[in-house]
Amino acid sequence: MEEMNEEHADQTLILTGNEVAAWAARRAKVHVVTAYPITPQTTVMESLAQFVDSGKMDSQFIRMESEHSVMAGMVGASMTGARTFTATSGQGLLYMGELVHWAAGCRLPVVTTIASRGIAPPWNIWVDYSDVLSMRDAGWMIQFASTHQEIFDSVIMNYKIAENPEVMLPAFVAYGGFTQSHTAKPVAIPGQDRIDQFLPPPPRNGWPHLYLDPDRPIVHGNIMMPQQEYMEFRFKIHETMMRATSIIKETIRDFKEIFGRDYHGLIEPYLYEDAEYLLVTVGALAEQAKDAVDSLRRRGVKAGLVKLRYYRPFPTEDLVSLLKGENLKAIAVVDRSTAFGSPTGGHISSDFYSVLRQTGKEITYLPAVWGLGGRDVTVEDQVGLFEDLREFHEGGQIRAGKNKLIAGTLWVGLK
Amino acid sequence: MSGRGKCAAKDEEMTKRDREIKLPAYNSWQELPHVPVSLGVQGSIGATGEWRILRPEISREKCNRCGMCYLYCPEGTMIFNNGTGPEVHLTYCKGCGICASECPRKAIVMKPEYAERNNHGRDE
Repeated sequence: MEEMNEEHADQTLILTGNEVAAWAARRAKVHVVTAYPITPQTTVMESLAQFVDSGKMDSQFIRMESEHSVMAGMVGASMTGARTFTATSGQGLLYMGELVHWAAGCRLPVVTTIASRGIAPPWNIWVDYSDVLSMRDAGWMIQFASTHQEIFDSVIMNYKIAENPEVMLPAFVAYGGFTQSHTAKPVAIPGQDRIDQFLPPPPRNGWPHLYLDPDRPIVHGNIMMPQQEYMEFRFKIHETMMRATSIIKETIRDFKEIFGRDYHGLIEPYLYEDAEYLLVTVGALAEQAKDAVDSLRRRGVKAGLVKLRYYRPFPTEDLVSLLKGENLKAIAVVDRSTAFGSPTGGHISSDFYSVLRQTGKEITYLPAVWGLGGRDVTVEDQVGLFEDLREFHEGGQIRAGKNKLIAGTLWVGLK
Repeated sequence: MSGRGKCAAKDEEMTKRDREIKLPAYNSWQELPHVPVSLGVQGSIGATGEWRILRPEISREKCNRCGMCYLYCPEGTMIFNNGTGPEVHLTYCKGCGICASECPRKAIVMKPEYAERNNHGRDE
């Protein structure tokens, strides 16, 4: 009786971020899980192993010899039309790299959660999005989950988006190593029937474009000569990614109708309408920044926030229309990752430059980097960033303090 | 092996087939599927016998049905029957020659598939 309730009743459980990712894979009824342990993702796989072992989840759980094989397994399994799930972190994702590109090139709707961690050397296992953002050009959709609940909901939604015949692209759902992966919070886990209603199983005959079926033999993955359509197939991935924005928004709306939780779209704005100083960032620190904005508002500073949920596809149109606000004076875009040698040193702040160009407005722009390798960023640090932004807007400089402005980028708390 | 007779007939057809295959041409990206796949072209859909330039021939006098060719064939195209011994599934045999190489009694020899292309120096 208890087991029946666990499957069919809506329940709220206290779960770590990694356990939430595992629960999402279970509720998505994935057919195949390929596994290789890596900190801080390991407990995703441990939880799934327990689900499968105890018969609560009907999946093939395949232990692989490396992350490279993990993604190869995902590619092979997904080609048969199976719904596939894995999770990785840091070095594991880097080792997976070649096959990450393969999954996108094959247009396979693999969903993978990333418990993000710093890249070695020096060794680091704490939150830093350089791992997932190093896969920025692989053709995967990249979404950041800023709360435990969002991890669950995002995995479910991304299967629906990725498996849309118009999309057929894989998706990463990234969240912070340890700060999210190993902390526990109450999470609403909907009953299986409601999830099934939102996310039906994949088509029985496999994906329309690619299948492994002895009765319908095909060859794929073959070479394409320069005069053939290699260029067109690459273009199509980009074109699909651009078009996916509307399918993502549609899916978020459908999700809200069934489950009542609203994720707004590719971005989540917070107190932005009359904002003079705007912060744009990702992940749990974006959620925390709501507190910083509230505290500034209490002091009469018109601060606002944009939580970037999707990094790929980049929500260019949404941001351009958002930045039309009359009051807007200055924007800080903050990365928790490093894009060495790029115009700003960070991934998102570099991409944001092209968005600014499209607004046709003169807005003070301050790219910034914080919290690398799990270094704490407090609400006070976030308030301090707003203060620096204001100073930078008014005088082109920042006060001598915790943060350093070097080559146009603000490095928060740089020693 | 109920389908063997059918396969043999297909082999015959394949060797005679016009080797020039007209590939589909695309005028714009809108016409393309999500991924390139090859459909219905015999050699590329897995009927790999199409690739063969040397054909293994088994001497029934020399063969003692030891089964080494069956074990070593990398593609599983050596059909082995305890009563009649080995037989090559020519729809799939690529003609790699491993069976001939491994046969302890030299009962398998590689014969050129096309008389005019007998310049590979590997047979006999």
